[in-house]
Parts: sequence; structure tokens; C-alpha cells
Amino acid sequence: MMVDYEPVIGLETHIQLNTLSKIFCACKADSWGEPPNSNICPVCTGLPGVLPVLNELAVEKAARLAAAVGAEAIHEESYFARKNYFYPDLPKGYQISQYDEPLATGGTFELPLPDGSLRRVRIRKLHLEEDAGKTVQQPGRRWIDFNRCGVPLVEMVTGPDLRSADEAAGYLIRLRQLLRWLGISEGDMEKGQLRCDANVSLRPAGTDILNPKTEIKNVNSIENVRQAIQAEIARQRRQLESGGTIEAWTLDWDEETGTLRKMRSKETEADYRYFREPDLLSIHLAPEWRAQILADLPELPLARRQRFVEAYGLPAYDAEILTEERSLSDYFEQAVGALGGESKSVSNWMMNDVLRLLRERGLYAGQLRLTPADLAAIIRMVDKGIITTNTGKDLLAKVEDRGRRPEEIVRAEGLGQVSDEEALRALAQTVLAENPEQVSAYRAGKATLIGWFVGQVMRRSEGKADPQKTREILDQLLSS
Amino acid sequence: MTTALCDLPARELARRVRKGEARAGDILESALARIGAVEGRAPSPEAYLSQADDRTKVHAFITQTVDRARRQADEIDKRVRKGEDPGTLAGVPLAVKDIFCVRDTLSTAGSRILANFRAPYSATAVERLEAAGAVTIGKVNLDEFAFGSSSESSAFLPPPGNPWDPTRVPGGSSGGSAAAVAAGEAALSLGTDTAGSIRQPAAFCGVVGLKPTYGRVSRYGLIAFASSLDCPSIAARTVGDAALALQVIAGADSHDATAAAVPVPDYSERLEAGVAGLRIGLSPDYFRLRYPDPATGEVRDQSIEPDIEAAVRRAAETLAAAGAEIIEGVPMPNTRFGIPAYFVISRVEAASNLHRYDGIKYGYRHPGTVAEVSELYRRSRGRGFGVQPKLRILMGMYVSAEQYEQGYYQQALRVRTLIRRDFEAAFDPGGASRLDALLTPTTPTTAFEIGALYGDSVLMQYADLLTVPANHAGVPGLSIPGGLDHRGLPIGVQLLGPDFAEGALLRIGRALEALTAHEPWRATRPRVLEGLGA
Repeated sequence: MMVDYEPVIGLETHIQLNTLSKIFCACKADSWGEPPNSNICPVCTGLPGVLPVLNELAVEKAARLAAAVGAEAIHEESYFARKNYFYPDLPKGYQISQYDEPLATGGTFELPLPDGSLRRVRIRKLHLEEDAGKTVQQPGRRWIDFNRCGVPLVEMVTGPDLRSADEAAGYLIRLRQLLRWLGISEGDMEKGQLRCDANVSLRPAGTDILNPKTEIKNVNSIENVRQAIQAEIARQRRQLESGGTIEAWTLDWDEETGTLRKMRSKETEADYRYFREPDLLSIHLAPEWRAQILADLPELPLARRQRFVEAYGLPAYDAEILTEERSLSDYFEQAVGALGGESKSVSNWMMNDVLRLLRERGLYAGQLRLTPADLAAIIRMVDKGIITTNTGKDLLAKVEDRGRRPEEIVRAEGLGQVSDEEALRALAQTVLAENPEQVSAYRAGKATLIGWFVGQVMRRSEGKADPQKTREILDQLLSS
Repeated sequence: MTTALCDLPARELARRVRKGEARAGDILESALARIGAVEGRAPSPEAYLSQADDRTKVHAFITQTVDRARRQADEIDKRVRKGEDPGTLAGVPLAVKDIFCVRDTLSTAGSRILANFRAPYSATAVERLEAAGAVTIGKVNLDEFAFGSSSESSAFLPPPGNPWDPTRVPGGSSGGSAAAVAAGEAALSLGTDTAGSIRQPAAFCGVVGLKPTYGRVSRYGLIAFASSLDCPSIAARTVGDAALALQVIAGADSHDATAAAVPVPDYSERLEAGVAGLRIGLSPDYFRLRYPDPATGEVRDQSIEPDIEAAVRRAAETLAAAGAEIIEGVPMPNTRFGIPAYFVISRVEAASNLHRYDGIKYGYRHPGTVAEVSELYRRSRGRGFGVQPKLRILMGMYVSAEQYEQGYYQQALRVRTLIRRDFEAAFDPGGASRLDALLTPTTPTTAFEIGALYGDSVLMQYADLLTVPANHAGVPGLSIPGGLDHRGLPIGVQLLGPDFAEGALLRIGRALEALTAHEPWRATRPRVLEGLGA
């Protein structure tokens, strides 16, 4: 009988915190796109005699993440250690990293699954560390870029709780959402702001044993994580089904060919000779500091999604989309507030038009010049018949471009719907006078021409004519 | 014999410069003339062949920064002419131990692996001294990476000689610092003290050595040996000069998280306040040495040299006569574990601190082509490091390996806590002893001959037996001259105090200095100065 295997997956993620400066010196943290070795100083390049000084903002951001994943403990005292090893892009020959007494331990990451259930992914530990530099290999040469040295990282390690490649990808998507939501990292895997190593093993379904695992490294997009894990699950299954065993290899994902390559056997663990970093004091997260850090911890995405369904009566789909990004969800709530209700209408406008605007401009909702109050004003003008729906939609971009209030633009450009009886009647009379043939045809029974007449009036009014009223007036004139 | 400018105390030199009575430029030239007279050939990292005059000269300076010093002196004299404040150390010639980075100067740590390293920045302590008007005349020799107690392990040879007897060591690792100050080549030296590295050479060379409280002075720019023990420290010819220099370098630093934000008191204010009413302790544990025999491992007791014990007892009597209360029999039972614990802790930290010297970024790099980067490391480190760094790397790696770490490193940290408790008990205002300071010998012996101990790293280490406890505990220590032994070699007496009590130590030290000012040994000058005019 064939054994039914169940994948057991754990992810080790490295999250680049979006602090202004590096974790132990005053260099900028973000060097994306900058020339190699242009953002370095004596401290982050490990010159003789230098000392690290902790950037407290990194602690604050890491503590917020710990709280958001429900850490069992965010420790009042935590420590840095030295992880000693030689590598050309590790300028001090050791990495300053938390080790046996990390900032936070325990926690759960709630991952919604497509069937509506929640996968509770345990968080084993969460600690702060510094990034190393980058090595670029060329035949006969190695180039080293120290720009990334000292960039603050959070290492967050899950338990072996994910059960498929899709779940692993889902975890990363949700993690990225959370990082952006908390404002602690952009979480962009392509830019290395979120990195992921995946531990993969298989076991007979229904058992809870842990078999030897392999570790997949160097995967730089969520889609690649999914593919790499899929490939590794398939490889392990073939191996087991042919009576083989799984060895604890480290595997390298080759994006070009979509294949895994064995990097090294892992039988012997390196000894990093950890010891406490004597150049830094402990991180003392005093109760007042901790309270201050966590005071403005926002409502988290899943809670907010749930509340959108319950409090605003939104369909689950809308709630999901609107809570994908925090400023978008804030925007929604503020627009509903400004409008005094009409949540479904706000949702429709946002799901269709505001999101398109965001996509086109590459912006987050929070970056728009078109404020939630502006959106509410536009919806209100449309609802009251002051402007047409089309004018309203065009207004979104105009407000965004010009940074002026929609009412001002409507007034200045005369965009208001022409609903004035006299004005419409005059327009309609002109149209009828200029088109005697069509008038005859209509009167002869070609009733569908009414639409054509309305269109002509609209054209002459430059789209501002109230279509309802125009039709009524045309009806009157043509039947008289 | 007349006194040369360079023999005056720093305090007096700065006073004269500030008042326009002396020019910084003239003081500098006086110091350079002294260097010319006593220094001998410059230590070099090339293969060493000893020469006849090597045992008659001081050889303190690895690098002399004459041009830079002349520019600094000019600048100070200009400021004085313009009526600007030239600083409290205006024109004071300063020798910097070559373990500190000084911008645009070679900063070698006495090692071949950094022989070509020109620092792009200055250590905080150096920056502060220079901002106060001190004139850096050069970088002085030391044990390689400060690993030693005799300055013989430097890659730059000949090793420095003791100005009192150049066939003997000046001590170490700040041997160049103490020797330069003793010989009048500099009025002050910035050194370091990891296990006694300023106090022991100060004792050997008959000068004042001050190791402040750990965290009192920023370590930024100090090329790390054992980070949890290293203290920037001062060698000076008078207690008042040490106070003046500490005043300048003490205090928090945004570049060093371990530099304490404790306010810096005025160290000169109470300098002459005397010792009446102060409680000064003597501990039997500082008069006998207990250490395991290197061959058998058997614990041996050995007394310190009688001349040294006598000098300390004499100092106690002098202080008692001046109104201090002498408390005998203060227990410091964990003193004997200081060296073994230090052996482990310092080597673990040193091995890690030496990781960065890999031939990749700066310093010595194996010149040929290699197949693997690991080969580049091996060859660069193999040739760049001398025997002391290699021994310490091996030992440090061994005792911090996962399987031994609990038994050695963690155990050593526990011992360290016990040593700290000895001091806490002695200085506890509610305790049995309630000491303001502990008075001890600085060293078990006076200066030994060059080559006598070198090569025996265990025995060499025991030169630090009486100084290393203060490094474990982080407390301040001051060594001041306490007389000469029967061979005419300087003896140091040591004062140890509670955290941040440098002021009290300096005050007691100054009292002792003043009370002995007219004793005949005070008039004796180091042998290298014999026959020199002013």
C-alpha cells in the first residue's frame, strides 16, 4: 500500500527593519540601488577599535512585531551575543546577534486558509541581529559590498507547522502584510527586505513524528519559495517511495532553471562559539518604554477584516481587499465616517476606482492627496445629482493631481450637472431645431431615437446635463 | 642639574603655555631633543638582530608624528597669541600607546598584521586630549595587541627598555607609555589597562599609572584586546597630572555604549584635601601570592619581594601619620583566582576580537594568489600574527568551544563575580571594613630582565596577579611610586577604590606623593637621564 505523506514545513525568516540608520552606527539603513561600499563607516566595516551603539528604534520595531505575533514573552532584559565565523563579507569576523536570551519568545501567527479555517503557526523565537555584507562571485574574483553590513534584521523562526507549499507562500504574504501594516518593514523579498529559508520534511499523514529535514536557501520571491518547496516535497516523496532516506542537506534554489542544488551536507554543525557581546549593554525594555512602544500598536489585519464584515456589513471579499493594507483600511473607515454611512457605496468606489488610481500611481492610500473626505464629498455630489457618476470618477484623478478640494474643482470648471430646467430646455430646443429629420423620424414612430437626442444634449453640455431631467424635457418637447 | 622643559609636570607646562610664559613649540622641541638623546634606534617589524646599544636606550616610539605635532603646537601658540583658550593641556607632549587609533597615523597594535594600517579616525580619548591642547608626539610600543606584561612580544623590535635600567623591561603592555613618561620623552601617555597594563609598567618605571573605573573612559578607537576588561588609562609623572588627564578623557561617549553617563567630578578640586579620616585597608591576600605551579598544578604560596612589602607598609605608616585610619586584615579571598579567570575570559574575547584581521580589508595580506579564501586567511594570519596572538587565539577558541564553554568560560564569569564581591564587601559603607581604598603592592617583583620571563606565558601572566582583580571587578586602580628596591629599581604601591572613586584614589595618592616629596629616593632619576643636560 502507498503511504500518504504529509509535508512538514517551517520557515526561518529574516526581516529587514525600515529604520533610518543601521543598527549599530549612523549610516543609512537602506542602500538599495546605491553603488557598492558607498554607505559605510568605520563601525559597520569593522575597523580596528570601533564599537557598536544600539539603535533603539530597531528594538521598538522588533518589539511591535513580537507583540503582533502574540509573543508569550517580550523580555525585559535581553542580550546580544557574538556569533563567530569567518567570511569575507563579515567584516568583524563575528555577527552581533541575539542568541540564548532573545528579545521575544513564543507566539502564534494566525494564517487564514482558503477553506476559511485558521492555521496557527507557532513562532519559536524572535531576535535582533545585524546583517552581513554581500559577496558577488566572478571567476577568479570576489567582490564585496559592505553597504548592507549592520542593517537591522529580525530573525523570526516558525515551528514546523505549515503543511504545503501554498501555506508557506500564504504565510509569507500574510507576514509581509503584517510588516507593512506595523510600519516596520516593506517586506519586499525581491529587495531582500524579507528573506526566507524553508525547512522541509515529509512524514506519514496522521503521525506527529519529525523526520530529517532539508533546508532550502537563497529564495528571493514568494513565488519561488512556493516552487522550491513544491519541488523539494516531490523530490523527498520520490526518494521515500523508492525506499531511500532523506539526508539533512542544505539546498540552493536556482531560479533560472527552477531546480534545487545540494550546497552541503549538514552532518556537522558549525560551532559559532557564541558568547555575550561585551561591547553592548543588555537591552533593558523598561515597563514604561515597553508601554510607550506598544501603546499605538494598531488593530491587526485579521481583526480589522472581521470587524469590517460585522460593523459595516461588507462582504468578506470586500473586507479582505480593503484590509490588505493598513492605510487603505484606515482610508475606508475615514471615508465612511466623513460620509456618515453608506459603507457599501464607499467600498464600491474604493474597490473599483480608488484602487485603480493607487495601482496606476504606485501609491499607498495613505499617500494620496485625495483625502477620504474628498472621496466622501465626491460620492455625496454624485448621490445628490450635483455631478454625474462619470464626472465623479474623473474628479478622483483631478483632485489627486491638483491637490484641490473636489467642490472647488467642480465650481471652477463648471462641472456641476446641468439640472436647471431652463438651461436644459434651451439646449434641447436647439438640438431639435438642428435635427428636423430625426425629429420627423421619432414622431413617425422610431422611439429609440430618444437616446440619441439625450446624447446630443449631453454632448452640448459637455457631459454635465442631468440625463434624467434631459429625457423628461425631450419627452415633453417631442410630444408637444 | 637643571630641569629641561620636558621634565616639568604637564600641569606646569600647560600653565606656562596658557600664560604665554612658554611656547608649545619650545616644549615640543625640548621633548624631541630628549627623544633624540635617549630613544635609540626605532623599533621595526623587520627581522630583529640585536645591537650593542639596544640595552642602553628606551626604544619607546614605534612612530614619531613630528610634523603633525609641530602643526598642533603651532596651532596652540597661535591660539594663545589670539587670546583664545588653548585648553587645559595646552602644549603638553603626549605619547599614545599604539593600540589607539589616531587619524592619519599608523596604528599598529604592535603587530605585523597592522603594520601598514593608517587609521581614518581618532579614538575618543585621543580626540579629547588633543582638543584640550595635548600635542601627540608619537605612538609608543607595547606587547602585540597588548598581550603581555613586558612589551617584549611586540612585532616592533628592539623592545622598549626600562629607563631605570634598559637591560630590564619597562613592564607591559603599556611599556612604551611608562618608559616614555619616565624618560621625559612625553609628559603624559595614554595607555590601556586590561589586567594591570598601565599600573605594572608605571610601577616598574617609577611613574604614576591610573586605571579608571570600567566605563569611566570611552573605549572607542582602542583596538580591542579583551573588551570587558580594557580600560583607557594614563601614565604621568605626578598624581596631579593624572588627575588633569582623567578630567579631559572621562565621561560618556555617543560612540561607546559601555561608557557610563555618570557625571565627571572635578578631580583636581580635592586633590590636596589630605587623608584625615579616610579608611585605608591592607589585605593579607595581596602580600602572598597563591598560584598553581605550572608544572605540577599544585597551589603554591610565595611572598612578594620584601622590599616591596616594606614599601607598602611604609606608605601605610605615612598615611596613618597623616590622619588616615589603616584597617588591617581585610579579606580579599578570591584574589588568587584572578589570573586563572582572566586567562579564560581574556582569551575568549581576544580570539573573537582578532577575527577581523583576515587580510581582506586592511592590514597584512598574503601577497601571492590562493585557490581558496580560507587559504588567504591562513597565510595572512599565519604570517601577520606573532606568537602571542596565536597562542591566545588557540586557547580562546578552545575554551569557548561548545563542549568546553560551560566548564571554562561560564565558570570564569562566576569567579569574576566572586572577585567583584570581595571588593563590594571591602568598600560597603555598612560592611565590616568600610574602606575608602585598599592599599596594596602593584607588582610582586620590580622590573625583571629582558628575556627573563619571555616565552613563559603562564609565569609572565603572574606579573599581573595583584592588578587583575580590579579589572575583573571594574573598579579603579592607581599605582604610584613608593620607593626603590635594593637594586635601585622603582617600586609601585597601588590604591584600589570603589566604582567611580578615582577622586579619592588621586587624593590619597597625592597625599602620599606630597608626604614623601623630600625622601632621598624621590631625587633619584632614571639611569638613561644620567649625564644629560637640560
